[in-house]
Amino acid sequence: MKIVMAHGSGGDMTRRLIEEIFSKAYGNEYLSQLEDSTVLPCETKIAYTTDSFVVTPPVFPGGDIGRLAICGTVNDLAARGAVPKYVSCGFILEEGLDAELLKKAAESMALAAKEAGVLIAAGDTKVVEGKGGLYINTSGIGFVYERDVKAKNIRSGDAVIVSGTVGDHHAAILGARLGMQSVSSDVAPLNGMVEALFEAGLNVHAMRDVTRGGLATVLCELAEASEKHIEIDEEKIPVSAAVKSFAGLMGLEPVYMGNEGKMVIILPAKEAERAVGVLRMCKYAENAAVIGHVYEPEKEEKPELTVKTALGGTRVLDVLAGEGLPRIC
Amino acid sequence: MTEELERMKEFLSGYDGEEVRIMEICGSHTAAITKNGLRSIVSDRIKLISGPGCPVCVTPSAYIDRLIELEEKENATVVTFGDLLRVPGSSKSLSQIKGEGADVRMVYSPISIADFAQNEPDRQFVFAAVGFETTTPLYADLLCELTERKIENVRLLTSLKTMPNAVDALCSGRKENGEPLIDGFLAPGHVCSVAGSCIFKPLAEKYRIPFAVAGFEGGELLTAIYGAVKNRGIGKVFNYYTRAVTESGNKKAMALTSRFFTPCDAVWRGMGNIPASGMKIRDVYSRFDAGSEGLSDDRKINEKCCCGEILTGRRTPAMCPLFGSVCTPASPQGACMVSEEGSCRHAYPYRAAARGK
Repeated sequence: MKIVMAHGSGGDMTRRLIEEIFSKAYGNEYLSQLEDSTVLPCETKIAYTTDSFVVTPPVFPGGDIGRLAICGTVNDLAARGAVPKYVSCGFILEEGLDAELLKKAAESMALAAKEAGVLIAAGDTKVVEGKGGLYINTSGIGFVYERDVKAKNIRSGDAVIVSGTVGDHHAAILGARLGMQSVSSDVAPLNGMVEALFEAGLNVHAMRDVTRGGLATVLCELAEASEKHIEIDEEKIPVSAAVKSFAGLMGLEPVYMGNEGKMVIILPAKEAERAVGVLRMCKYAENAAVIGHVYEPEKEEKPELTVKTALGGTRVLDVLAGEGLPRIC
Repeated sequence: MTEELERMKEFLSGYDGEEVRIMEICGSHTAAITKNGLRSIVSDRIKLISGPGCPVCVTPSAYIDRLIELEEKENATVVTFGDLLRVPGSSKSLSQIKGEGADVRMVYSPISIADFAQNEPDRQFVFAAVGFETTTPLYADLLCELTERKIENVRLLTSLKTMPNAVDALCSGRKENGEPLIDGFLAPGHVCSVAGSCIFKPLAEKYRIPFAVAGFEGGELLTAIYGAVKNRGIGKVFNYYTRAVTESGNKKAMALTSRFFTPCDAVWRGMGNIPASGMKIRDVYSRFDAGSEGLSDDRKINEKCCCGEILTGRRTPAMCPLFGSVCTPASPQGACMVSEEGSCRHAYPYRAAARGK
């Protein structure tokens, strides 16, 4: 079955689409309120975020747009130390979309939501003219409790940790577009891993979900926001052999490649080793590593991100310039 | 790091002899030198200068204008590698017209255009064929494919360059005190793998300048820089990239190239016309040419842009009055600030430390 304009009419075909695809995949007590908005219980201050997903191709090695749409929002919440609880999803479907693809995406969303422990609490579907494209927006709410995780908390002497290999998602998407399917995306919910850090009593100062723009861009932003220098060590950055050779072939740098299941964690240096130990016990952080440290700029120096190269040189890294890879998430 | 590499690194970082100016003439070398932090390793008395090795950076503005004209006036789809998208023409870039709805497609291999053309037989397609000796065989391969598959709705707009005569122009450059501007070259590994290291031999001998053929790994570059510094004043080609480069090059690639292309004069952005420094499609295949001849107009977007002096090693990017203030990756005033291989683009992150140097 192909999606047609009538599926977005709000009438009988919309209802049937909801029943056959969305309710089947992730019906729950909140969604079944079937009111104009959902009333939800809440215990604490909340973190709130939104993200839209336009990835092409919608199904790629290691995941699909549905899994991405849940993980992206869950990870943005987790990066503030919040416990992700509720997610809304808005679908924009282009006429001609294969209903099977939509069904698969909805089912992946349900699986990812279950894995992350979040409830899909509100939804909407619209149909527009087009060429069969599928776009998803998700918003999420997480409970913050007493945690305070933000760039401003970064201190000189802190250690910089990345939760695993970088560049996998980027290589998976680009590889799929070029018909060379050698790398799987790392798309994954990271809230379990983040919870493990707090349960271990670690004093996480700041975290960032390392997505578009890659590790270098995220660390540049953290340096700027915290007004500190960050230095990382090229040889310590985890990169899989497959991504390394793919990046070499395509003239890409892994530090500028996008990810969908990697977190940068900044905490006091004396806790770094223990944090890596905790992370490596977690499902999506087996390759976590300390990659650098934070230090104080001299007077009037602008905060910078530098990398110590394997040859022993120093290089200044800027945020990614230009387009990078369009429609990666 | 091997002991030998360690020893070379020590020599280069402790060097306190006469200032030596080494120029790389390959965009991938420019990128790899930054990536490996090589400038921070070598002594201040060794100047690593980026020459005209980035194909996008030496393409005159008239070429970009012609691509835009092909899309806007002749309704052709422009197909290009990504690095050309944001390069400014005299008024617009391909990226800008794409934003306005133009059909501009980015690909990773020229062959993709043959599939586009076959799937959409009623559309005209133009490939933006820019490059050096390394890339030209890919376009020859595309032309081969087009003739074999009898695809008639694809043309190439070419701006193809060959290194030797441009490097000759650089070699004859002199400082104000009459000394040569460049003391040694890192010869481009990719170009040499196709054309052979022999293409630089006549220049090495004529100007008594060493040409060190370099690979692209940090250690390979360090070795070649060491070779160029150590052999200053010796007019020879030193091949430090033997795993890919032979003296005579890739005969098959060269034969394919010469089946479809023939040498011509070429305008290098910022350097002007250089005789026999380009390649054009042979007359028998002229049906595949999208009007590449006579695209010599090379207009600056900003009169103060000194890309020409930078590309020829007369100035560093930081000596340009626009660098880092008016000209940034977000608002480039010249291709050197846009391209992933551009010298200004690579100098940009160091703008704070380099001011005026």
